[in-house]
Amino acid sequence: MTTLEAPALSVPAQRRAGRQRTRSAGYTALGIVFLAVMLFPVYWMVNASLQPSGNTLNASFFPWNPSFDGYARAISEQGANLVTSLIISLGTVVFSLLVAAPAAYALAQFRFRWVNIALLAILISQMIPGIVIANALYAAYNDLGLLNSIPGLILADATHAIPFVILIMRAFMIAIPTSIVEAARVDGAGLVRAFVSIVLPISRNSLITAGLFAFLFSWSDFLFALTLTTTDEVRPVTLGIYQYLGTQVSNWSAVMATAVLSSLPAIALLILAQKFIAAGATGGAVK
Amino acid sequence: MTPQRVSETAPEAFPGTRPAPTTAAPTPGALPPVRTRKRLTREGVVRLLFVAPAALYLLLFFGYPVVKNVTMSLQAYTTKTFFTGEAPWVGLANYEAVLNSSLFWPSMVNTALFTVGSIAGQFLIGLALACFFKRRFPLSNFLRSMLLLPWLLPLIVSSATWRSILDQDSGILNRFLGTFGLDAVPWLTSPSVALIAVVLVNIWVGIPFNVTIIYGGLQDIPDELYEAGALDGATGWKAFWNITLPNLKPVISVVLVLGVVYTIKVLDIILGLTNGGPANATQTLSIRSYQESFINFEFGAGAAFSNILILISLVFAVIYLRANRRAVDE
Repeated sequence: MTTLEAPALSVPAQRRAGRQRTRSAGYTALGIVFLAVMLFPVYWMVNASLQPSGNTLNASFFPWNPSFDGYARAISEQGANLVTSLIISLGTVVFSLLVAAPAAYALAQFRFRWVNIALLAILISQMIPGIVIANALYAAYNDLGLLNSIPGLILADATHAIPFVILIMRAFMIAIPTSIVEAARVDGAGLVRAFVSIVLPISRNSLITAGLFAFLFSWSDFLFALTLTTTDEVRPVTLGIYQYLGTQVSNWSAVMATAVLSSLPAIALLILAQKFIAAGATGGAVK
Repeated sequence: MTPQRVSETAPEAFPGTRPAPTTAAPTPGALPPVRTRKRLTREGVVRLLFVAPAALYLLLFFGYPVVKNVTMSLQAYTTKTFFTGEAPWVGLANYEAVLNSSLFWPSMVNTALFTVGSIAGQFLIGLALACFFKRRFPLSNFLRSMLLLPWLLPLIVSSATWRSILDQDSGILNRFLGTFGLDAVPWLTSPSVALIAVVLVNIWVGIPFNVTIIYGGLQDIPDELYEAGALDGATGWKAFWNITLPNLKPVISVVLVLGVVYTIKVLDIILGLTNGGPANATQTLSIRSYQESFINFEFGAGAAFSNILILISLVFAVIYLRANRRAVDE
């Protein structure tokens, strides 16, 4: 059976004669090799962050004598920025879900006549380059006094999240049987009540998936941090890393320690919330 | 953003959408049966309130910027504007200046090379890995989901990491190559290599997205096709060429077109790795737009670059919608 499937790489092909079990063990080994190559940069980031010398010049392949100086410096210099990033990201999650979840439900269940146009508009909005939005927002924020402000960055970062959240939640909500909501309506619940007490609890998984991605998108944002702040009043950690890079990198271990700390949400979510991340990565994607 | 925004393509979600550009009305025949027009009831208002916040947000944060970029590009919009509030109309002067600037064609060429190179690499490696993971073996699902990590990391983190790896003197890559007796390559400091290095990093970033989508497409090819093919002697590469590729075609066109749309706007990776240098070797349209607006404070010129970028995206958006429709038809 396996031989009938799409051929992959030549090494496994040579094992065709081998027994099923050795073969699949071979595949697993090969898969681990591929993964190791792909994740090597991540390993190197962690390794470099623990090097004592402060630069990667003599970095050994493994941090035999791990030094946490890089982390000490990263936390003292970038700790506040990490907190800023965290506040902005959580704010983006709340705002995006509040705005997008009802819209997703409406587009999934209300049979508006213009649903197709709305979906097309959302799809196209995802294709608009961020720099276009930044150009226009800078001028508008300047007039409104939203530059260098956390609400300003939350609103801007939500552009990464809202179209995605609407589309992914709609894909889940379209499967909710109308009878469930109708039963509640018969019992006298209004639309809003039915949405809050029935639809949202049923959609818990998709809410979590959408929320996790909204968090990651906002946490990763660099463009709006770069363009919509002019002072160091409000400074997300992505911008902190960029400034490290700009000022002639002399202390790689501090840069890499900051990079590791900024990667923690992604790493933690990929391991702890794998189910939700996988749902977000494949959900609605071309099937 | 970058290739990592998962595209919500869901072809089945757009049954009747015409592959026309922006505001085209959908084909009437594809609409759900129109019920008799009813008056705006209280219930109808509540229904509209479900979408109102999102609609307002999309108008303000996507619609307004697109329009504003068009008007800005026709104005002398500079630092002075922020003090005096005056932005005189200058017609097409910004476009003239942009098209005649010495960096325009190099940045066009770089954008094309960056996009084509990145997508070719991401796609081929993504396809190979997706085919590999389609064989079920112990841990295959776990390994495949761990592969997503580069896609979830903040791009600026990836840029910083790769900058240390690619460092000419102390980077691990040159030290590794050195063990084979190769000379140190000035990855990010030589104008002739920098674009290649940036493309390589972007390929690394984009592989997980490609694997995920192509893997999904592979899963949807029925096993019977391979079984029937095997009876006719189509196994191995033959099966790949005659069964896998033709059946994967709609997914491939979507993944390629989306790749273009997401790659031409990449900013973080290039800014983090080279800042458009050395000697402008990695200038692309989006880097130009950023630098004109936010380094030179020539918002008019920056907007002109942005609009050229939008125009190119639009062409590919149309191609995408066509490919998507074909995927539905097939």
